[in-house]
Amino acid sequence: MRLDKKNSTLNNKTDKKLQRVLLFEKIFQKGLGLTGIILIIILISIFLTLTITSLPSIKHLGIKFIYGKAWNPVTDEYGALPFLIGTLLTSLLALIISTPFAFSTAIFLGEYYPKGLISNIFKNIIELLATIPSVVYGFWGMVVLVPIIRNLELKLHVLPYGVGILTSSIILAIMIIPYSVSLSRQVISMVPPSLKEGAYSLGATRFEVIRKIIIPHTRSGLFASVLLALGRALGETMAVTMLIGNSHYIPKNIFSPGNTMASVIANEFTEATGTIYLSVLIEMGLLLFVVTTLINISGRQIIKHYILH
Amino acid sequence: MDKLIKIRFYKDRLFKGGIILLTVLSTVPLLLILFYIIKQGISSINWDFFINLPKPVGEKGGGIVNALIGSGIIVSCASLMAIPFGALVGLYLSEYKRDKLAYWVGLSVDVLQGIPSIVLGIIIYLWVVKPTGHFSSLSGSIALAIMMLPPIVKSTEETLKLIPGTIKEASLALGVPYYKTILRVILPMGLSGILSGSLLSISRVAGETAPLLFTAFGNPFINTNILKPMSSLPLLIFNYAGSAYEDWHKLAWGASFVLIMMILFLNIVTKILERRWKIQF
Repeated sequence: MRLDKKNSTLNNKTDKKLQRVLLFEKIFQKGLGLTGIILIIILISIFLTLTITSLPSIKHLGIKFIYGKAWNPVTDEYGALPFLIGTLLTSLLALIISTPFAFSTAIFLGEYYPKGLISNIFKNIIELLATIPSVVYGFWGMVVLVPIIRNLELKLHVLPYGVGILTSSIILAIMIIPYSVSLSRQVISMVPPSLKEGAYSLGATRFEVIRKIIIPHTRSGLFASVLLALGRALGETMAVTMLIGNSHYIPKNIFSPGNTMASVIANEFTEATGTIYLSVLIEMGLLLFVVTTLINISGRQIIKHYILH
Repeated sequence: MDKLIKIRFYKDRLFKGGIILLTVLSTVPLLLILFYIIKQGISSINWDFFINLPKPVGEKGGGIVNALIGSGIIVSCASLMAIPFGALVGLYLSEYKRDKLAYWVGLSVDVLQGIPSIVLGIIIYLWVVKPTGHFSSLSGSIALAIMMLPPIVKSTEETLKLIPGTIKEASLALGVPYYKTILRVILPMGLSGILSGSLLSISRVAGETAPLLFTAFGNPFINTNILKPMSSLPLLIFNYAGSAYEDWHKLAWGASFVLIMMILFLNIVTKILERRWKIQF
């Protein structure tokens, strides 16, 4: 009987211990899941906050927000068209300037020199481009690039502002190169060797292999890399704010000063006094958020699709 | 026939030359920028630069001590918030790959990474600054912490995924509870990934200006109270770069130099860590 009692206390003890472990287990697993849920909640509340606080502006302006040209906080007239055009113009121009360089670098690193010292040096230099702060790019652009552009404008007989759409596009182009290179390089180096070898065995030159095999095969991946770079360019703030010239009119040509959505927010957010004024700026933030999110998700979906097939 | 082949070879060589030329050209901006910053920045660096406050216009000298302290405090607070949380989310994603929730969490991380930094500034202004009624360095830290999350989550997840399942199974087979297996076996093995992801994210947010414009705001004096406005290196560069005074430009160049050196240093340390601690089985 004594033995029985001893046994049962022992059982009791291990039972308790086991229960405690099981409890910890449960808390731990639930806790891990909770961190994920918190992250989702943060994202959703970002979207909701932006939407709710831009309601006054949406009610006040409606669709006019998109096509209105006037920007006058005193009379509560807000049209975002100049900034929409400014954003699109700078981003597209930056893409046009940077894409040839980015794709060449990607072909260089993915096909011609995938390994070795040369490849490492160039890879690191391109990666370093992404680490330089935006504000430093802006500062450098103000001091070095603006005088160069001003000279160019004098030669072309346009108003020599120096700052403007072109200046900010050039800096933006430099800033987004690393983003499109890193993705397109990976995509290019993933082309199956058997495809390339097949072409070589038919007597194709390397140029022909790149043009007829690699580029068609990686087309969707390259497109996604451009898309993700565009997402970066649309939201870029500081360098553009410092170089675009902050004008509230629709830019007449690529030399004239303008404003992007991000730069307007950066310049006017702390000065916005009226409810509607603030709300209009937040609506612009909402627009930026939605557009960059859509671009990012579709870019990633394309890449996933590409990797699976 | 011979001529045709020659033309093809000629084209091939021309193409390769073009590719190399464009690749070399795309490295030129970085070299130019670095060269210019080092040239301009090094002349304004001396001991006074690190221990003095910025001087008013017209007076020579002055330093950036307020921004250095501010950057340090803002970034450390952001790291304290982001690193533990980010590592846990990464752990969750690597442990529950096939969960439906994990898919949405992964997607959220991707979306979070793409949000323009200025939008995060607006958000934290609405969440923290407006309710409390004043700008504060804490709000800036929160904005930066949200920016830091995606790289930390991703690098944790990717490192932990590399650890073979057999190690986890061995630990479980010895009767070690699951949570202890994760905390004592898996996490220490993935420490290099967490660390390099954290350092990388620190180096990325150290140069961020846009989210601090409406949160930390800037401050011309030394401030160590995280509930008050505070300066940071990028904010100081932004404010002084836009001014028309030569002395302030000089300060801004010095600050740019210091900032870039810090970021380069962090990147090099990360590279070394990654190489040294690479998981090998």
